Formats: sequence, C-alpha cells, structure tokens
Amino acid sequence: MLEIRRLRAGYGRATVLFDLDLVLNAGEVTVLLGRNGAGKSTTLKSVMGLVQPTSGEIVFEGKRIDSLAPYRIARLGLGYVPEERRIFTDLTVDQNLEVGRRPPRPDVPEWTADRVFSLFPHLAAARSRAAARLSGGEQKMLAISRTLMGNPSVLLLDEPSEGLAPLIVEHMARTIIELKRTGLAVLLCEQNLRFARRVADRAYVIETGQVRYGGTLAGLEADSTLRGGYLSI
Amino acid sequence: MSGSAILLQFLNGLAGASSLFLLAAGLSLIFGVTRIVNFAHGSLYMLGMYLAVWLSESVGFWPSALTAALAVAALGAAIEMSLLRRLYPVPELLQLLATFALVLIARDFALWAWGPEDLLGPRAPGLEDAVEIAGGRFPEYDLFLIVVGPLVLAALHLLLTRTRWGILVRAATQDRDMAGALGVNQKWLFTEVFALGALLAGLGGALSVPREPANLTIDLSVLSDAFVVVVVGGLGSIPGAFLAALLIAEVKAFAIGLGFSKATLVVEFIVMAAVLVLRPWGLLGREAAPLRGPAALEPPLALPSRNVLRALLALAAALALVPLLSRGYALVLLSDVLVFALFAVSLHFITGPGGMLSFGHAAYFGLGAYGAGLLLLRAGAPMEAALVLAPLAAGIGALAFGWFCVRLSGVYLAMLTLAFAQIVWSVAFQWDAFTGGSNGLIGVWPSAWLASRTAYYYLTLGACLAGIAILWRVLYSPFGYALRASRDSPLRAGAIGIDVRAQQWAAFTLAGLAAGIAGALYAFSKGSISPETLSVPRSVDALVMVLLGGIQTLTGPAWGAALFTWLQDSASREFDYWRAVLGAVILALVLALPGGVGGLLGGRSTR
Repeated sequence: MLEIRRLRAGYGRATVLFDLDLVLNAGEVTVLLGRNGAGKSTTLKSVMGLVQPTSGEIVFEGKRIDSLAPYRIARLGLGYVPEERRIFTDLTVDQNLEVGRRPPRPDVPEWTADRVFSLFPHLAAARSRAAARLSGGEQKMLAISRTLMGNPSVLLLDEPSEGLAPLIVEHMARTIIELKRTGLAVLLCEQNLRFARRVADRAYVIETGQVRYGGTLAGLEADSTLRGGYLSI
Repeated sequence: MSGSAILLQFLNGLAGASSLFLLAAGLSLIFGVTRIVNFAHGSLYMLGMYLAVWLSESVGFWPSALTAALAVAALGAAIEMSLLRRLYPVPELLQLLATFALVLIARDFALWAWGPEDLLGPRAPGLEDAVEIAGGRFPEYDLFLIVVGPLVLAALHLLLTRTRWGILVRAATQDRDMAGALGVNQKWLFTEVFALGALLAGLGGALSVPREPANLTIDLSVLSDAFVVVVVGGLGSIPGAFLAALLIAEVKAFAIGLGFSKATLVVEFIVMAAVLVLRPWGLLGREAAPLRGPAALEPPLALPSRNVLRALLALAAALALVPLLSRGYALVLLSDVLVFALFAVSLHFITGPGGMLSFGHAAYFGLGAYGAGLLLLRAGAPMEAALVLAPLAAGIGALAFGWFCVRLSGVYLAMLTLAFAQIVWSVAFQWDAFTGGSNGLIGVWPSAWLASRTAYYYLTLGACLAGIAILWRVLYSPFGYALRASRDSPLRAGAIGIDVRAQQWAAFTLAGLAAGIAGALYAFSKGSISPETLSVPRSVDALVMVLLGGIQTLTGPAWGAALFTWLQDSASREFDYWRAVLGAVILALVLALPGGVGGLLGGRSTR
C-alpha cells in the first residue's frame, strides 16, 4: 500500500537517506529500527512531504506522492505523529482534535472525539484543558488522537514509546495492536526492541540512511551480527 | 488639569486607541500565521482612508467606510495571492523588503489618484454633534469609536476561539508545518488571514476619516505606531495589542492635553522602553520560540583572496584618478556612491555578520548629518571639528538605542529599530527652533580649502574607503568572529564565554558611528539637511543596497550601494512617479534574484 523506492533525502546540503527501499503492506505494523541519526525520522518526514526528497519515488495506493504538499498527502489518508509530539499547546484538547478532523473516508471507519477518548480514557477528563498542561504521556496520546481524527489508512508513528513510563508504554503497545485490528497500517520508528517485538509484524534496520535488514522480527533476532552491530541491545 | 479635563482627555485617548488597535491586531494576526511583517499595513490603512473619503462623495460616509474596508480586504487577498505566496520560501529580510516596495507603490498610487493635498473627510451622519460630559463637550463620533475597539476585540476573540477557522488559524500560528501535516491547506488560510488583517487596517483607516484628513505620510506614521503597539503588547497577542493600544493612545492623549504635543513620540518611546525593560516580549507576549527546522546555515565569510584584495586596491586607485578625467556631475554622483557605500557597509556589518535586522539605520546617518549641521550653525564650531565630532553624536545615539535593541532579536528588533528611527525623525521634524523642522538646515558648507568639488571628493574618498576598510577588517578580527558566532548560535556562543549582548551592542554602536561619518560627509556635500535624511525610506534604501549586493557577501553591499544610487539618480530624473518605479524594481529583484547582485556576480570569489 505504501512503497518507497530508492529514496534520497536530507536537509540542505546534508544527505541523510541514500537510496532507501521500503514496503508497507495493508493492515500490517512495520517497524524501522536503528540508532539515533540513522534516518528513521527522516524517512517518515519524507513520506509526509515535510522533507523534500532529492530523488526516488514514494508511491501510496498506486499514486506517486513524493512531490505533493504535506496537506495533500494527509488528505490522501496518511497520518503522521511526530516524535516531539508538536501538539498545539495554546489550544485545548478538544481544539487540538478539531485541527486534525477531516471528513470521513469511505473505506475507513470514522473517528470521532468519543471514539478517540475510548481509546485514551485519560484524555476524556482533560477535554477542555489547555494542551500545554498535559503530562508528556498525555501529550503523546493527544498527538496520536489528533492524527486519528483525520481518518488515516496509514499511520506514521515516530518513536511512540520514547520517554514514557513503563505502564504507559504497555498501554501504547496495546493501543497500536488495537489500531491494527481496525485495519490501519502502521509504520513506526523505534529504538526499543522489546516494544517493537510486541507490536510489529515486520522490521527494517536502517543504518546511515540505508536498509541493512528487511524481514520478520524473528529473522532479525536470529542474526547476531545485526543485533550487536546496529541495535546494541 | 481639572477633573473634567482629565476625563475628557482620557475619553479622547480611548477613541484614539480604537483605530490603533484595529491596525495592530491585523498586523499581529498576519505575522502570527504567515511570519511576514507587513510593512504595507500602514499603506492599507492609508488606502482605506482615501477610499472612504473618495467614496463618501457619492454614497455617504457609512456605506463608504464599509466599502473601503472591503475593497482593502480584497486588495490584501490579491497581494497575498499574487506576490506573498511566492515569497514564503525566501529569507525574511527579503519579504520585508518586498512589502516595503508595496509601500512605495501605494504612496505613489495615492499621489497619482488623489493628489498631494490632504483630503478632508466628511463627518459621520447621525454622529455630527458633541455631547456634554462633565462640563465639557465631547464629539459623539469619538464615543462611537470608543465602542468599536472592544467590539472588534470581542468579535476577534469569538472568531479565534469558537470557530473551526479560528482554531485552524491559532494552530497554524503555533506550528504551521504540523497543521499542514494534519491536512490544513495553508495556502488558503494565509490568504484569508491576510485579507482579514487588511480588512481591519482598511476599516481602521476608514473610521479615522472623520477625525483626521487623509494624507500621504500617514502610512509610515501609523505603521510605526502599530509597531510600537505590537512590540509593547506582545507580538501575536490580540488582547496584548488592545492593552498596548489603550496605553499608547492614553499616553499620547495626555501628552497633548498637558501641552507636550510636540513630544508625543518621545513620551511614547519612554513608555515602550519602560515596558521592554520590564517585559522584553511585551505585556502579554511570550518569548519567541526558536525557529523550527535546520538552523539557517550561512556560508561562512571567508577571507578575501589575494586577487580580490588586489582588485579592490586597483579600484581604489582608479577612484583616486577620476578627478583627472572629469570634474563634472560624475564627481558628485561618485561622492554620493561613496557615502552610501559606507552607509550600506555599516548596515551590512550589523545585519549580515551581526544578524541584527535594522529598519532604522538612517537614524544614525541622520544624527551624523544633523550633528554636523548643528555643530556648525548652532555651536559655531569650525567645519573640520564638526565633521570629526558629528559621527560621535551618531555613535552616542546608537549606544543608547542599541542598549534596548540588543535585548531583542529578529523582527522584534527590526520593529524597535524602526520605532527609534521614527522618533529621531519626528524630533528633527517637529523641533523647528533647533533643527529647522520640515525645512531642515541650510548653509552647511565645508571650509574654503575643501570647498572645491575635487577637494571634497578626495575627502569623501579617503574617509569612506577608510571607514569601509576598517569595518571589513573588524569582521576578521576576534571580535568579528565572536559576533558571527553570536549570530549563528547565541546559546553556544554564550556557553563558550562570549558575552553575546556586549558583542552585539558594540557592533551596533560601531555601525552607528560609521553611518554617522557617512551622514556628516553627506551633509557637507549637499550644503543642506532635511528630515528626509533620517526618514524611514532612507533606512530602507540602505537595506535595498545591502540586499541588492547580497547580504552574505563581503563586498556586495558596496556594489549594491553603487547600483542603487545610480538607479535612483536616473529614475528620479526620468519619472514623476519614481518611487513606484523603484518599488517595482525592488519587487522584480526580490522575485528574480533572492541572492542579490553580488551573490550573482562576484559571489564565489568574495565569499
């Protein structure tokens, strides 16, 4: 459903991704593993149009999206949750959700505020609170909820477990599995291998902007050089 | 002042605050979402005034005010779609410059359409009378204006907090890229916000018609008022703009009421200074968030190669030989070029390597010029002493204003420099007895031994080249490197022990001093000084020179000064509406050559 072919991208004169190839299948959770600076976040940003690729193709449901503006990519059904959350701190929780709201899409069950709150009950109590006053974990949940309000068919999640308390990490893992059950495809970046193992069907290992491994998680764990060399876990 | 006089003055201030608030709220909204400081905002206000006066002849005041506001909104939308959309990716300085080009075009348009005379508007039907308040008479229309401000504030508040559109605007104000990634089409949002801001400016202008006549200089004077309001209130805060508009308007009203009508801008300045010292981000503002994305990577200014140095020395030698070939107009023009080259290089010094945007550099040029003239005429100093001491006046001015300026950064700083320049201008313009007011000073001639064209040319050549050489040399001194480090990363520079503010303050003062040298030389070459010498357009001229030459080049600004001086000289002789022509040229250059002429021509060798 989403395919990246020989993608080259970066910031200014610094190239981060070198001919990266990647496939995300419908209804599947795929994880990008790799160290800091390997190019995981840049991959997601390139898909979303927030970083302009210098060459290569990004194809979503048979349509090239690599030269579209971010808002068009979002309207096609790609939802992006940044690592730094980037919630609108001046707005309330409800207003944050309103910014993300898009008209329903025929092939995806529609997200409403109530449905989002059943996924993250923590947020329901804080509906009219300024987002600036949420805790870090709540802000992460809000960032995901806000993106879900756009009724995406693919979710791009940048480091969902980062900086969260263990209990919330577990909640996050269950949420991702539940989202997958609703038919959502998820592409996520992670550094936490245990978390990845818990939620993902397939994995890519990225190192200095290139794919070093692509396949099942079991296959990755069987390969000790990969584990030691690139993940150091 | 009696109790009733105080009350009336207070009400007067409230009435004045309304127009100011409409203007500042629009400026703030537009900046919040598009990150463009719209210099043409005062021009939109001015057009609102002229349109309202003009239309009222056929349809009456109330319909004309509404129509004028809507027409200005439509114009705003057209400007955004045709021009600003192309400018969002270019550096912020160029955007400012482009909107300033619009100021020039709008002013010449108004001159062409409605003539140079002030245009007196009608009174508002139904509100022509005055009512009795506390024993004094107060115009009904002013009471109406007092209501308009809070009404608009309430309407904006509802719009921004209760409607989906308002929520999207606030989201985009905080993080446009994220809003885009959530499917918000920024293109239209920007256009709509710009149209709304223009509507408010046009309405503010139209509603002020019964209080004051439409005139051609109101654009920059209300703009600097709006800048003061926005800086005092906090950029991006609508309630802050309201509060600040009240404060400034009241201060003005009481200054006039107490008989200091000539000192209103000075009083305004004192209020602004007090607020900024206590709250650098304004009354209700918040510290500007650092810009997202990769830091602006300026190519480092490399030492000029030996060949470049040789070429520059050859050029200096050639300039010294010019009087052997011609003693006519070419020498005059070349003197101007040299003076403005020093002026532009001094501005480049703080704007490029210093990273401080200044929209009021002419203040220091003018302080040098007026300093020279006043020392000669009022203090009876010999010309030579006046020439040497005058730049110190500019340096002292830069030292004083710089203290405030270096506490801010980015557009805040630019707005503050502009407000300071406007204050210096208004002192020169209003203090008839000392500065000659709008007529300026005449009879500022050099001593006999420097009076010939050739002698004065050599003086100018020597002083300007020395000034430029010193400024360039300083850029490659440890101080210059520390200054650039402070620009590129204030935090890291601070962490390795550089006192960022001290570097910037020193640079600001040095640049002011150099501009003062240019100003003093200019005064003696013309024999007279007028307030235009330190007006805001003169500041912008200098910026155009720097940008024409390329802000990240070393020698570019000098080339830019030469090209600009020549262009302006020919345009002002060829065209009646040369300001509009100049504006069009600036727009064309900004759109076609964002890197500047220097970046295009000699970029590789001088970088």
